[in-house]
Amino acid sequence: MATEELGMQRGRGKSMQYAAEKLTEEKVFKDPVHRYVHVRDLVIWDLIGTKEFQRLRRIKQLGTTFLTFHGAEHSRFNHSLGVYEIVRRIIDDVFAGRPEWNDDERLLTLCAALLHDLGHGPFSHSFEKVFDLDHEELTRAIILGDTEVNKVLLRVSADFPTEVAEVIAKTSAKKLVVSLISSQIDADRMDYLQRDAYFTGVSYGQFDMERILRVMRPREDQVVIKKSGMHAVEDYIMSRYQMYWQVYFHPVSRSAEVILTKILHRAKQLFEENYAFKYEPIHFTSIFHEKMTLEDYLKLDESVILYYFQIWQEEADPILCDLCRRFVNRNLFKYAEFDPAKEYKKLAKLTALFEQAGIDPDYYLVVDSSSDLPYDFYRPGEEEERLPIHLLMKNGELRELSRESEIVDAISGKRRTDHKLYYPADFLDDDTTDKEIKQQIRALLE
Amino acid sequence: MLLKDHAKLMQAIMVSGEITGRKKLQKMIYIAKKVSFPFQERFQFHFYGPYSEELTTRVEELCNMGFLNEVKEKKGGYFQYRYTLTEAGEEFLSMNEVEMPCLQDCFVDMNEQNARFLELVSTVLYFDNLSKEEVTDKVFTLKSSQRYTVAEIEEAYQYIDTLKTKIQ
Repeated sequence: MATEELGMQRGRGKSMQYAAEKLTEEKVFKDPVHRYVHVRDLVIWDLIGTKEFQRLRRIKQLGTTFLTFHGAEHSRFNHSLGVYEIVRRIIDDVFAGRPEWNDDERLLTLCAALLHDLGHGPFSHSFEKVFDLDHEELTRAIILGDTEVNKVLLRVSADFPTEVAEVIAKTSAKKLVVSLISSQIDADRMDYLQRDAYFTGVSYGQFDMERILRVMRPREDQVVIKKSGMHAVEDYIMSRYQMYWQVYFHPVSRSAEVILTKILHRAKQLFEENYAFKYEPIHFTSIFHEKMTLEDYLKLDESVILYYFQIWQEEADPILCDLCRRFVNRNLFKYAEFDPAKEYKKLAKLTALFEQAGIDPDYYLVVDSSSDLPYDFYRPGEEEERLPIHLLMKNGELRELSRESEIVDAISGKRRTDHKLYYPADFLDDDTTDKEIKQQIRALLE
Repeated sequence: MLLKDHAKLMQAIMVSGEITGRKKLQKMIYIAKKVSFPFQERFQFHFYGPYSEELTTRVEELCNMGFLNEVKEKKGGYFQYRYTLTEAGEEFLSMNEVEMPCLQDCFVDMNEQNARFLELVSTVLYFDNLSKEEVTDKVFTLKSSQRYTVAEIEEAYQYIDTLKTKIQ
């Protein structure tokens, strides 16, 4: 096990049911965001020790963002523990004893919180797009498959793995439990906003989580917020908004993401064309063949991917080699603002010029849009698309947040969207070949 | 091709004439994707059935680009949004059309259904790995507030078959 946990003894009282079994001494993980993550339940402790959960240490929470914010090296392991801890505090410190909360759901909720990101792969956003995977489906497959996690959950009861998987998939009838893990004000977002702010070093992303937790109230099918806590929630919504534009949608991180995606596309294309790789990409073979097993998937982590990027720099294919060098050495694409409505004809012209200059536009001229990102804003759910945040008024009535808060109303109205055009400026600045064409390209990009 | 996934959405709205309701639009695209039209947006199950944040953002982008027209209308106690393609959108699409046979037939048909029924159809499709009995059970537990009947669930299954027949 890891070295950060404090406390040593594990209790395995044989007369106790596994589900209720407690460690004889509480284990605590030091955590820079929540100070301590407390573990008392043996099931949780055993889940943390499984190889599938430990794998999350080798998958960064923010993918390529570390190339922009050098501190952003934190992992999905850190985040998963954080989500678990927030849910534990809500249940044990706020919900316990309230008639709307059924304490029998405690272990289910904690397990779902801990395991909610279990299916994420290396650089998962790009990886899933290129190989048409879905981390939610993979989370379910890990929980229900022949894995150590499944074995731990089965010790609780035969149907417990399915129950946990359904909560994570949001298809469980226990809607209050689902809303703690996944809603517009859930433990997942509350952890990643604070954690990502901490590790990137930005001053956005701060909000008074303690206050929000104290004003959360359980209802039959969702968590609601006491009206007196509205200002703390406003702060949380603002933090989400600012983190989106300042961190998650940072143009340099997007450039790295574009290159990463193109590397994976190129490797896949070469494989399909029977290209003779200098080093056989054995970790990718089954995924290229679209015959990937769960076992194959679990072997993939960011160390493996970065190893291939390292050795692909020596490949004979100039595109794969160049893109890998760019990623490894952080020689990223430059970008220009792009308005598709006004400039789509210009893009067609640029594409033709890139081809004339011998620069493959499929790999070196890329439009990236805000809809390509996995992050979202607060949505009031005017037409029942998503369940909004509800405030609990003094008279017991529920009111949607943006109807009470002018600040939230202002930022959940008309959205700003964004498109950028990415290209390799160094190729275009090299006038030793196709000088005139490159001049035309540069003029169009200015 | 530039903005291929955006173009597919524009095409779906164009062949429908207009689509009224964000929820309806979400369910139509999800159903179309499940019966094999090549929409790329990722959907997850939410409180009101399959929902795609990617689709919502893409629609916002199309409105901001001036390719889609969004009209906010008051209906009873809530607001509803109506989407049509603009002239600029039509011009863009004329140069960036995506080949999707039978799209019009399916979308016109779905557009004639109400959002409540499409919510049921999309929920049935979301659980298409389960038996009909299990799906019925899911609908009754997850969608209890909508009070769907067994007859409506049967109708949803028949409707899915009708759509599949259209695209064969």
